[in-house]
Amino acid sequence: MRNQARLGFYLLLTPLLLWLGLLIIIPHIDMALLSLRERVGVGRYASSLANYGTFFGEPLYMWTFARTAMMSVLATVITLIIAFPVSYYIAKMAKGRTQSALFLLCLVPFWVSELVRTFGWMILLRETGLFSSLLQWAGLADGPVEMLYNDAAMMVGLVYTSMLFMVVPLVTTLESLDDAVIEAGYDLGGSGFSVLREIVIPHAMPGIVSGSIVVFMLSLGNYLTPTMLGGKDSLWFTELIYSQFIVRFNWELGAAFGFMLLFLSSVIVWGTLRLTGQTLEKTMG
Amino acid sequence: MIPSIPQPRLIRTAYGAYIVLFFIYLALPLVVVAAFAFNDSQFPSLPWEGFTWNWFFGDERPMIGVFHERSILRAIGTSAFVGISVALLSVAVGTSNAFLFNRYQFRGRGFLYVLMLLPLVIPGIVLGISILVFSSTVANGLWDGVKYDAEILRPGLVLVILGQFSFITTIATLVISARLQKFDQTLEEAALNLGADRMTAVRTITLPYLMPAMVGAVVVAFLMSFENFNTTLMLVGSDAPLTIAMFDRLKEGSTPLLNAVSLLLMLGSSVLALVMIAFQRKG
Repeated sequence: MRNQARLGFYLLLTPLLLWLGLLIIIPHIDMALLSLRERVGVGRYASSLANYGTFFGEPLYMWTFARTAMMSVLATVITLIIAFPVSYYIAKMAKGRTQSALFLLCLVPFWVSELVRTFGWMILLRETGLFSSLLQWAGLADGPVEMLYNDAAMMVGLVYTSMLFMVVPLVTTLESLDDAVIEAGYDLGGSGFSVLREIVIPHAMPGIVSGSIVVFMLSLGNYLTPTMLGGKDSLWFTELIYSQFIVRFNWELGAAFGFMLLFLSSVIVWGTLRLTGQTLEKTMG
Repeated sequence: MIPSIPQPRLIRTAYGAYIVLFFIYLALPLVVVAAFAFNDSQFPSLPWEGFTWNWFFGDERPMIGVFHERSILRAIGTSAFVGISVALLSVAVGTSNAFLFNRYQFRGRGFLYVLMLLPLVIPGIVLGISILVFSSTVANGLWDGVKYDAEILRPGLVLVILGQFSFITTIATLVISARLQKFDQTLEEAALNLGADRMTAVRTITLPYLMPAMVGAVVVAFLMSFENFNTTLMLVGSDAPLTIAMFDRLKEGSTPLLNAVSLLLMLGSSVLALVMIAFQRKG
């Protein structure tokens, strides 16, 4: 019996180790090694930090990197601000059937591909699009208005794409807040605002943290939305990675870029977890 | 602010209006995509030229419908193949992981659990390039060492499947673990007491209990694979799955054909989602 249990353990452990080892850990180590390699001649390589030197030496790369980080943080904050009242409504105000119907309605857009959602925004925002025609019809604009290909359009797309990942954790944590606690807050003389600040938000913190982490990650790693909705000036860091790998075929530099992106996202995720006293197991698992 | 505490009418109305606006915002892009699939025009934009089914069934230029457009049909087939492979693989490994983490206490368990969650916080594009880099290292090594050309390690469907599998497995593991945790282990012990061996007990008691979660995980994995873009983009070879094929067309300029494909996608995913919900109710 003991041997059998041990055999079972190893049988279950093997797929896990193969998966994590061959598809996650070793590829990332290999990518790190590649990023530390410099081509010195035909088929000859030397290890050096030249790729990271290029990254820090070229203002365009640094600028795009910083911009992508800032814009992702901004997208996360906007998503949180839009999603919080909605999640609160679903969790606390709506009851019974309405509640589950509203929750389901929030999920629907995310069953379809990101490409379709982005395409929808293109139809709405472009020069010949719906909003532009509407403005002309209402007499607010003389000619076609181009609303696509700028940072605002890109932000609309990013927020839209990641909304679900904020709403679901928020609704889940807010639902677990007992109405009686909120009533007690009011009974003790709290105003709507102080109840929100001292009871509701602290209670929702785990949901806010996990939602924000996921939204931030999705924005940072997004390629489709910045490419399709953003303009010439709204270059996204993933676009640089793509062009180094696929267009320029400079894998060494591309790998270094990939590592910088990974580093940035890890630092921010780790920092958020530390600041709020959460752990990865609790927020994701 | 909860229903049991009275609020000024103005605030309640404003709050309600905000919720309505939010749902309009959610629905608007999808509604326009669906509506323009029926526009009798070369472009998915106003003016409205009249209703047509041609973008679905049309078979002559310039309006070739989805069901006659070979490249799109092939891309749907490719996506379905990738999706099914990823779903089956990730649920198999996910189930194994769920049993490992729920049933065994061992050194390094906490560490492995965190490691198992990591793919969720690695950007998809980075997962893609790391697998691309490693597979070409192996392929080049094989060529230099034994002069064997490992075609399957070059960008193509196998790499796409592996790339998507690498993070979808985490989600499958979480979904199945959540249900396995609620399982009453004494039921399995009862089966053992009644003379079943371990495998039989798991097969006849535990797996049927897990079935709703496993079906749910298959559906979620399939949908995630079907709509994955970032990881696929880095690993794709000559047969493009649907999202990549649509992206390439969209870059060249869009016709209502893309709206028609999108509408079919929406219908397909809604049907799958409903099937899953129905199945979970039963379970």
